[in-house]
Amino acid sequence: MIQIKDLHKSYKMGKNSLHVLKGINFNVEEGELVAIMGSSGSGKSTLLNILGMLDSSDSGEYILDNVPIKDLNETKAARYRNKFLGFVFQSFNLINYKSAAENVALPLYYQKVPRKERQEKALKYLTQVGLKEWAGHLPSELSGGQKQRVAIARALAAEPKVLLADEPTGALDSKTSYEVMDLIQKINDAGNTILIVTHEPDIADMCKRIVHLKDGVIIEDKKIEQVRAEQYV
Amino acid sequence: MWILDRDLWSEIFATLGKNLFRTFLTMLGVIIAMIILVLLLGGANGMSNGFQKIFAGTASNSLFVWSQSTSEPYKGFERGRRIQFKLEDATILKEQIPEIEVLAPRIELGSHRGVVTVYRNGLTSGSAVYGDYPNVDEIMKKKLVEGRFLNENDMTESKKVCVIGEETYKLLFEKGENAIGEDVRINGVFFNIVGIYKPNQNINIDGENSVYIPFSTFQKAFGSGDRMGWMAISVQSDTKVPVVESQIKRLLKNKYDINPIDERAIGSFDMSEVFNNVSAFTGVLQGVSFFVGILTLLAGVIAISNILLITVKERTKEIGIRRALGATPKVVKRQIVLESIVITVFAGFVGFAIAIGFLAIANNMIGENSDMPFYNLMISIPQFLGSFILMVGLSVLIGLIPANRAIRIKPIDALREE
Repeated sequence: MIQIKDLHKSYKMGKNSLHVLKGINFNVEEGELVAIMGSSGSGKSTLLNILGMLDSSDSGEYILDNVPIKDLNETKAARYRNKFLGFVFQSFNLINYKSAAENVALPLYYQKVPRKERQEKALKYLTQVGLKEWAGHLPSELSGGQKQRVAIARALAAEPKVLLADEPTGALDSKTSYEVMDLIQKINDAGNTILIVTHEPDIADMCKRIVHLKDGVIIEDKKIEQVRAEQYV
Repeated sequence: MWILDRDLWSEIFATLGKNLFRTFLTMLGVIIAMIILVLLLGGANGMSNGFQKIFAGTASNSLFVWSQSTSEPYKGFERGRRIQFKLEDATILKEQIPEIEVLAPRIELGSHRGVVTVYRNGLTSGSAVYGDYPNVDEIMKKKLVEGRFLNENDMTESKKVCVIGEETYKLLFEKGENAIGEDVRINGVFFNIVGIYKPNQNINIDGENSVYIPFSTFQKAFGSGDRMGWMAISVQSDTKVPVVESQIKRLLKNKYDINPIDERAIGSFDMSEVFNNVSAFTGVLQGVSFFVGILTLLAGVIAISNILLITVKERTKEIGIRRALGATPKVVKRQIVLESIVITVFAGFVGFAIAIGFLAIANNMIGENSDMPFYNLMISIPQFLGSFILMVGLSVLIGLIPANRAIRIKPIDALREE
C-alpha cells in the first residue's frame, strides 16, 4: 500500500538547516495497523505530514497504492488527499459551525458526491461510530471522545486507502482513549490500512506493528501481538 | 453548473451568517456608498429633467431674427440706416433654406418691447401687442389657462380676436371675472378675447403682459402693410442652428444691401445655445455624480475586502481542515470571492432600495408644479445596470485579495495553529 525509499526532509531555520528525516525506508501492506512512535523531535509528525501530502519531502520516493507521489501542486495534492487519505487529528479539527453529519459529509462534498448520497453516507458512518443520534448536534455539544469519533467517521466517509491518525488519543482521558482505539481496531479488522502517530506505549501496543523513530531514522520496526482495547472498555 | 450548486451557496451563507453583526457592518459601507451614488445620480437626472420641463414647449433648435440699424456704410448707403423686414422675406427664406422647419413672422405695435394701452371698461393695461402667425405656437408653446390660442381660421378670416397674458387679465378684469368672449380696445379697435395664457417663468421672451392678435388682423387694423418685425424660426433637428442662422443673415444682408461684415444690422438669438449650455451643465453634473459615487462605492468594497481578510485570518484553521479534506485551492478561492460578491450585491440592493425610497419621497415633496429645476429624480436603467455591473466587477477584483491570501495558507501550517 505504502512504499517509502530513502526519504529525506530538512527545515531551514534562518541560517541553520535542521535535518529532520535522514533516510526513511519502510513499507506498509494493505490492512496493517501501524504505530509510529518516537519522542518529540524524532520526526514522526513530519513523516506523517509527508505521508499525508501536507508537506513535501526533499528527496526520496513515496508510492501510495501504486501511484508515485511527486511533483505535487496544491490542487493535485488536494485531489490525492481527498481520494487516498483520511485524517484524524489530535485536536479533532471539526468545523465548529457544522453539525456532526455535515462535518462527516464534507470530504464527500469535495468529491462532488450528490447531496442526498452524501447525507446517507454521513449517517451510515456516524452509525458505524455509534453516534447516529448525534448527527444533528454541533461539535460544541459533543464530548471529546464523541468529537474524535465524528472525526473518524469523517475520515472514513471518503473511503480512503489509508487512514492517518496524528495522536488520535492525545487529548482524551485513558478510558475514552481505549474506546477510540477499540473503534480504530474494528475499522482495521474490516480491512482498512491505518497509521497512527503516538508517543503513548499502551496505544502503540494496540496496533499490529510498531515503527520507532529517533532523530530522523527508524531504530526499530517490529510486528507485535495486538492488545485488544475491548477488554478495557 | 457550479453556480447553481445548492451546497456552495449554503456554505457561503453559513459562513456569512456565522457572524451576522459583522457581516452587517461590512455591508454598511457599500449600502451607504450605493445610497450616495443613487442619490447623486438621481439628483443630477432630476436637474436635467427639471430643465427639460422648464424648456418644455420651446423648440430647442430654434432661433429668433430681428432687424436693427446698420453699423457699416455699404453701396452708397450711410451707416445707421434702419432695416425693415418685409413679409415676403419669410416666404423667400422658407423657399431658399430647406432646413427651416417652421417660420413664424411677427409684428409688434410700437417699437420693440414697446407698450400700448389696452382699454376695457375704464380699466387700462400697458401691454405689448403682437401680430402673430398661429404656427408660433410650434416654436414657443403657450400654456393656456383658459380658452385657446390663435388658429388658422382666425388668420384667413382676419378675425378680431386676441389672446391675453395672465398679467393683462389681472389689470383689466376683477378677480374671478370671466374674460373669454369679452372685448378689449387697442388703438380704437375692439378685439374679442379667446384665450388667456400663463407665461413661462423661466424662459420669458414675450413678456408677461402681452396681447396676441392674428397677423392678418394686425395688418388690417393697424395698417402695417407688408412690414414684418421679427421671425421665430425652428430648424430641422439634424441641422445645427448656427449654420442656418448664418445662411439667413447672408440672404437678408444681400437683399437689404447690408455690408457682409456688418454684425449689428440684423439681430438674432440662438435658442439652441442656451439648451446646449444647460445640457452640458447637467451632463458634467451627472459625470461628477457618477465619479464621486463610484469612488465611494470603491471605498465600500475595499472595506468588504478588509473584513474578508480578517475573516480569512480567523478561519485559517477551518480553511486548513478543508484543504486537508480535499478542498482544492480553486474551491477555496471561489468560495471567498463569492462571499465578497454576495455581500456586495446584497448590500448594493439594500442601498439601492433605500435610495430609491429617498428619491420617491423627494419627488413627492417637489411635486409636479414646481418652478425649481428639479423634476422626476430617478436613475435610468442603463445607469442602474452600469453601476451594478461595476459593483460586481469591483467585488470580484477586491474579493481576490482575501481569496489569494486564503489559498496561500498551507494546510500543514493551518493545522499546526492550535
